[in-house]
Amino acid sequence: MPELEITKIQELVYELWVGDVMHNDVVTVTPSTPLSNLREILRDNRISGTPVVENGRLVGIISMEDFIKWLCEGSPGCAVADRMSRNVIAVCADEPLIQAINKLERLGFGRLPVIKRGTKEVVGILTKGDSIAGLLKKLDIDYRQAETRHPRSSHIFEDIVADRSSLIFEYDVAGGGDVERGGASASGLKTSLMRLGIDPQTVRRAAIATYEAEMNLMFFTNGGLITAIIESDSIRLEVTDDGPGIENVDQAMRPGFSTAPDWVRELGFGAGMGLYNIKTCADRMRLDSTVGVGTRLEVEILVGGKREVIRDNATVTA
Amino acid sequence: MKLKDVCKILEAEPVRKVDSSRWRSREVASCQASDLISDMLSFRGPGSLLLTGLTNIQVIRAAELLDFVGICFVRGKRPEPEAVKLAEEKDIPLFATPLLMYESCGRLYAAKLPAGTRKEASPIA
Repeated sequence: MPELEITKIQELVYELWVGDVMHNDVVTVTPSTPLSNLREILRDNRISGTPVVENGRLVGIISMEDFIKWLCEGSPGCAVADRMSRNVIAVCADEPLIQAINKLERLGFGRLPVIKRGTKEVVGILTKGDSIAGLLKKLDIDYRQAETRHPRSSHIFEDIVADRSSLIFEYDVAGGGDVERGGASASGLKTSLMRLGIDPQTVRRAAIATYEAEMNLMFFTNGGLITAIIESDSIRLEVTDDGPGIENVDQAMRPGFSTAPDWVRELGFGAGMGLYNIKTCADRMRLDSTVGVGTRLEVEILVGGKREVIRDNATVTA
Repeated sequence: MKLKDVCKILEAEPVRKVDSSRWRSREVASCQASDLISDMLSFRGPGSLLLTGLTNIQVIRAAELLDFVGICFVRGKRPEPEAVKLAEEKDIPLFATPLLMYESCGRLYAAKLPAGTRKEASPIA
């Protein structure tokens, strides 16, 4: 599935920073370096260009091309300063790799000096090769998760002929704080979604939202039901219980607000981040609650990395 | 940095020594530290190491859901037996270090292991 592959690579280039993949040990020259010395420097280090640095600051860049031009002109005696490009385009170490790759592509450059933000201090150099090596390393880290995918069910939505199709998974959650069983629903959903071939980032969001909802059912209700409705482009979670209900939904949504008793806090919960964490994972979220009747939470997560990485928060209606 | 490097820096021992060869060379991309489950769940980024003083089974659940590369328990704590069992099932390596949380974080940070990202979680509207 080529579409999925692009999504994966896109995810990776957004997760990596220039500083993660650049070369730290940069070979540099100074403006006063004689051009006749440049050949050895480029050859010994097996590079095709190098930043020009004066007093630690980036002042230009000189490449093999500049050198060849100089040779064609009969190699007159001059220094790097006379031949370097002064209008240097650099990237910052804390920039996302995607921006740097776009710059390399757009400008057709082989390399970009990396500078510390706010200064012109050269901290590294980024080549297309570094970007590829960085991506490969990241892929290697992610490989173990990819292995857990079950190939047989990953085409299910393409294999089924229908105008609309959905898979429904239901998880019963017991109330009363059975800590040992807690999280089993989120874990089961995660495994199932991975087997469906859904991208890991989307799966993680669904798993976190499910886990937090599951913990709420476990600690604060007499038990409830988590229903996950999976379609080719979205995952919807419906979490229902029949009490006790939330008195003030706005307050419950506020990060840090918690009504958890001490025994729950001792287990590491009760930070008041549960509903907020769900919100950050959701594309849409709706929470309805009536005291004495019950609570209904709906969460929608869109599948496939078409969304902005840093996105707007889900809208919450209560 | 690899898990075996982390062990060396933290003077940490694997909780179960039997299968340590399987994970020794797994890559650690970043680190997160917390004693609160919901804080852990606000972290992003697979390949992260989790430092915690919390030893119950839900820590393993959090690590499973977030694809943490391993968990190191600080200040000499040992995970509860059910936690060890689940970790084994989910193939999540566990370690224990005698160091306190502050020093554990400090040593890894000084060794240039970056903090994990939270960038998926945007600030509240």
